Amino acid sequence: MLQSHILPAEPASAIVPEKAREGIDVQINGEHYRHTGDPQMPLLWYLRDVLRLTGTKYGGAHGENGADLVLVADAAVSAVTAPMQTLAGKSITTVEGLAGGDDSLHPLQQAFIDEDAIGCGYCTPGWLIAGVALLRRKPKPSDDDIDQLPNLCRCGCQTRVRRAIKRAAAGKAGQS
Amino acid sequence: MSSEGGNSTIRLDRRRFLQVLAGTAGALVVGIRLADAADAPLPPALLGNDFHDLGAYVRIDADGLVLIGARDPDTGTGVATALPRIIADELDADWERVRVVALGLGVSNDNGRPKWTYGHQVGGTGNSIPAAWRDLRQVGALARWLLLQAAARRLGVSASRLRCDAGTVIAPDGRRATYGSLAADASQVALPTQAPPVKAASSYQLIGRPAGDVDAHAIVTGQARYAIDEHLGDALVAVLVHCPWPDGTLARIDTGDALAQPGVVKVIQLKPEPGQPRGMTVIAPAVAVLATDTWAALRGRAKLKLEWKPGAGGGESSSALEQQALATLAGTDAPTTRVRDDGDVDAAGKKAARRLQATYVQPWLAHATAEPMNCLVRLDKDRASLVVPTQAPQKAWAVVQRLTGLQPAQIDIRVPRVGGGYGRRLDHDFVAEAVILAQAVGKPIRLLWTRDEDFSHDFYRSGCVHQLNAVVDRKRRLIGWNQRMVSASAASLRGVPEDRLWRSELRADQLPAGLVPNYRSDWYAQASAMPRGPFRGMPHLSNAFAVESFIDEIAHQLREDPLKTRLRILGEPRQLPLGGDAVLDVGRLRNVLQLVADRIVWKNWLHSINGLGLACWHVDGAYVAHAIEVALQGQTLVVRRVACAVDVGRVVNPLGLEGQIAGATLDALSLALHPAITFKDGQVQQHGYKDYLLATMTELPREVEVITVPGDRDPSGASFLAMPSVAPALANAVFRASAVRVRRLPLMKELMRLL
Repeated sequence: MLQSHILPAEPASAIVPEKAREGIDVQINGEHYRHTGDPQMPLLWYLRDVLRLTGTKYGGAHGENGADLVLVADAAVSAVTAPMQTLAGKSITTVEGLAGGDDSLHPLQQAFIDEDAIGCGYCTPGWLIAGVALLRRKPKPSDDDIDQLPNLCRCGCQTRVRRAIKRAAAGKAGQS
Repeated sequence: MSSEGGNSTIRLDRRRFLQVLAGTAGALVVGIRLADAADAPLPPALLGNDFHDLGAYVRIDADGLVLIGARDPDTGTGVATALPRIIADELDADWERVRVVALGLGVSNDNGRPKWTYGHQVGGTGNSIPAAWRDLRQVGALARWLLLQAAARRLGVSASRLRCDAGTVIAPDGRRATYGSLAADASQVALPTQAPPVKAASSYQLIGRPAGDVDAHAIVTGQARYAIDEHLGDALVAVLVHCPWPDGTLARIDTGDALAQPGVVKVIQLKPEPGQPRGMTVIAPAVAVLATDTWAALRGRAKLKLEWKPGAGGGESSSALEQQALATLAGTDAPTTRVRDDGDVDAAGKKAARRLQATYVQPWLAHATAEPMNCLVRLDKDRASLVVPTQAPQKAWAVVQRLTGLQPAQIDIRVPRVGGGYGRRLDHDFVAEAVILAQAVGKPIRLLWTRDEDFSHDFYRSGCVHQLNAVVDRKRRLIGWNQRMVSASAASLRGVPEDRLWRSELRADQLPAGLVPNYRSDWYAQASAMPRGPFRGMPHLSNAFAVESFIDEIAHQLREDPLKTRLRILGEPRQLPLGGDAVLDVGRLRNVLQLVADRIVWKNWLHSINGLGLACWHVDGAYVAHAIEVALQGQTLVVRRVACAVDVGRVVNPLGLEGQIAGATLDALSLALHPAITFKDGQVQQHGYKDYLLATMTELPREVEVITVPGDRDPSGASFLAMPSVAPALANAVFRASAVRVRRLPLMKELMRLL
């Protein structure tokens, strides 16, 4: 019998070194995801078709009406024009992620309810995202600031959205 | 399940019955059944929690939760809130404990024909609330009556001495029984022989008080699901390219590259089915790319190599149609239809002190719904299940039935909240597309129209030209009015007889009909291959712009305050019959006009630096007026103030009404300022929001001052009431600010040309 057979073998490590993982890491509403499909896939279709987060709406190929806005860090970005490959390591918030973990609404969400700032509601998530981005940039926005929101709405919810943003800015969301 | 008297229904009228059923787990269910209800009541075991099996609107569960069905699609009109509140008020329900359930299409089988469980289900045409007012109140009243009877027995007090308050029956001595605790007993109470009376207005608790949108929480948290958000695990996504010419054909197709795209499953050609009315079949020849997900489908579509051939309309252009319309009006041809002819317009013209004429030109318009056309369909051997963003689910049903041949009740159509309708979703071409594709591929289909398809293939609002002639006598009285309008009817190719095609284009009873002794209204049909269809506010939108602008022009010619001119034309408050059932309540119209004039401080109209403009209109017994203040700063038009007064009779939900009125005002402003659909060589030239400009926040007023006239008449609809008077009030204000009379929309382009 050979010596080598008697000596105890090196114990095999349970940890196998892994190759660099493929795909794109993103953080969406606080959860980590890895996209391994087409890196050119726009975020919008990743959200809607893959994650089934359908609050972010399709507006058009260029995000012209603002229905597809999401927050990337603190900035409002059109999800249909943001390919997944540009989002590696980014933290994204969709309308579903605006409320707190305990289901408490973001003040602007509450203010939209208070002011009934809703028409058909399809473009509402986009208005909320644009409004939250504005409030983060400028907690007390002027009318001129609010005028700069890029969203379009045929139902004509603009005057009520304006009131809602002012209400949230004044800290009066949820008050009668 | 039958109640003690053996009778579970009460006849309301020839066709409608109230019906009561005991639901599962001690619930009380009250609904309306259409015709033959007594013949075949459903056993409660089958009823379960299903709203679909009878025209159930109210379900009171043993735990006190009240479920109320909303029958009409809510496209943003607020009917999912207002209709259930009408029922809840009669019921004296606690609104905090009411949950609104969107009812899908209610259809059952009547010997192969459809029987509509919930009656007429249509949204966004201004008729939901008037119909609900006639229909739905008795449902709540009967449920309340049954609960009172059950409470009377339990508490040993006669029902007439009990009262109801927010979901509780209260005895004179203060003892209480909640609706939930009474529901099971109430479902066993013998029905009265006649429907219990509905409430007196003085006891309304919810009607007339503001309520926020019932879907608001779901919408702001992104949880509200529209049809476009619905998925089925194995559904293929279909995106389309439609032929740029609505009547063109596909000359060549190469699908190789498209099919080579990962995820692309199939490429299928679609064609309008010959002989089918517009809106019931595919809108134009198309090629659909089917793929496992949206991005794959879009990539596949980008790789299609297609060559299209124009049809007979391939030479059409919107500008040539306009020239043709102007030529028609310059000639003396007989009109297609003489819509109204009061007195003797020709004779009146001869003794005129003043004759005025003006011509107004308005563009083609697209619907631009926020949620593009889409449809989810799954076909099984004996079942079709669809989720459809529609304003008229019964018409969607007809398309599905024709294509599948299924029995009426085998077709299940769910209608979630809809991302805007504006008339576009009274047509169901996209449903036909989805069904045909599902049949072709044998898999469920999730059809999505991309935005470019949505703009370039629509059932547009036709462009139109109005030529208006007025005759004023020596006493400055308007004694003659001759209106001539040219347009391509929205009703063409929809099975409407030739002599009724005018009805989508103008109204025989519109202002100033009935107010001018010699009044004539002629309509000239224009032919076009470009598809047309219903459009929000039609036909009032285009006619009010022409008529109410012209009345300002008359005032200007007479050197008179336009408010005074309008009030003179309207005359004393009175009920003015306009033919048919139409009656103009002159006092109510004067009132809304006066209200907005007061609000905008009209006495400054002549000397204000800014321009002030007024307009008013009436729509089926509802009245509206706008006053607008604008400032012209160089090339920029600033809409400083907008006041709108409406009189719709009784207001069901003041907050909802205010939203509709402010919203419709902004929509009409937006439509007046920029957008126009144009076509050249038969092809639409607009493909998105970038070239069909809706107003941005900067261009819109910061507030719309809504004045609601309180009233106790049965409520009128308001979904588009506030649209017609906006564009003329704006143009009239612009005239005061700039001395430029805009007779052509879109306003900004024309104003910049004239300044």
